[in-house]
Amino acid sequence: MKNWPLWEVFIRSKNGLHHKHVGSLHATDEEMALQNARDVYTRRSEGVSIWVVESKHITASNPEESGELFEPAQDKVYRHPTFYELPNELEHI
Amino acid sequence: MDNIKSLEENFQAKVDAEIKIEAKDWMPEKYRKTLIRQISQHAHSEIVGMLPEGNWITRAPNLRRKVALLAKVQDEAGHGLYLYSAAETLGAERDQLFQDLNSGKAKYSSIFNYPTLTWADIGAVGWLVDGAAIMNQVMLTRTSYGPYARAMVKICKEESFHQRQGYEIMLTLAKGTPEQKAMAQDALNRWWWPSLMMFGPSDKESTHSAQSMKWKIKRKSNDELRQQFVDISIPQAEFLGLTIPDKDLKWNEERGHYDFGAIDWEEFWNVVKGNGICNKARLKARNKAYNEGKWVREAAMAYAEKQSYIKHNQMSSNKATG
Ligand SMILES: [Fe+2]
Ligand SMILES: [Fe+2]
Ligand SMILES: [Fe+2]
Repeated sequence: MKNWPLWEVFIRSKNGLHHKHVGSLHATDEEMALQNARDVYTRRSEGVSIWVVESKHITASNPEESGELFEPAQDKVYRHPTFYELPNELEHI
Repeated sequence: MDNIKSLEENFQAKVDAEIKIEAKDWMPEKYRKTLIRQISQHAHSEIVGMLPEGNWITRAPNLRRKVALLAKVQDEAGHGLYLYSAAETLGAERDQLFQDLNSGKAKYSSIFNYPTLTWADIGAVGWLVDGAAIMNQVMLTRTSYGPYARAMVKICKEESFHQRQGYEIMLTLAKGTPEQKAMAQDALNRWWWPSLMMFGPSDKESTHSAQSMKWKIKRKSNDELRQQFVDISIPQAEFLGLTIPDKDLKWNEERGHYDFGAIDWEEFWNVVKGNGICNKARLKARNKAYNEGKWVREAAMAYAEKQSYIKHNQMSSNKATG
């Protein structure tokens, strides 16, 4: 049997918060994906909003390229507030 | 009619109960329009705000200052992006927003129509302009529209270094030679009043304020934020050994706040109307960047189309041979 497509599920737990990835499921189409996500992932009022995205539409970075992607940020300490030396008695800054 | 009324009541009840409004929730058309206007103006300010500081990147006095300034300007581009994206959740179109900025139809913060004449201006901008922006943005982390509030949280986290790097520049100059200290004082003299104007017209004059407060888009009035900014900045100026250019500045024991002098609103409106020192140069720079970037946008699109065409052809020829 041919597998039903895979869907990634994102839930917003409460208005004001981002949708967060909670897992995935198989479904024939978006409608079934939403219904199943509701049954599987929000049985205990975990959410107020659901997004489903077919997994094949997600482009992910390659873990083998993590070095070249993320290391360049590590030596840029000047992007952080603590890099700037201000006297302690100074307030609200 | 009744239906709309109950929808509106429902909406206000949610706002009153501190439940955030999200993109797909029902909202009054005026709430949507107000937010699109405010968020896109905010985005434009981040983008135009890169110009006065970008002016000094190549002339920063040393490498440490240069990387800091580069990083700050880069952050502002990111802030523009977060905000344009938030506006898009309300149905605004990115390219239309750019058109409105470039044609002069849309507004951005008037502060960026002042020139950065000396290196000390980079210090004053970070300290005062980012400082005033932070005050406003901290309030907006609690705004009623979810995507806007979340963008603000991210922005506020990044802003903190902006103000500190500015103040560090001021501190270095203030402790330097008499000439350097005079340069810092001159920058403070020129940036102080425009910074106070950043909070917008006084509450008596501000037309949108009451509705925005009711919808909790804003949570503090222009005058409240301005007072807060004055109160916080005075000790910081004293620490630098610099003088705030306001002879009416005085601690008011009764109010528990500093009193300060009258703002020149004529100057403010004049700059808003397009007659500031740099209004024309700013728009010209934005239009130039947009127009000269056109071929890049087109080339990227053409490349993507070509790639998908190649992929498509490979797939169908695989099918044919397989
Ligand atoms: Fe800003
Ligand atoms: Fe910013
Ligand atoms: Fe900033």
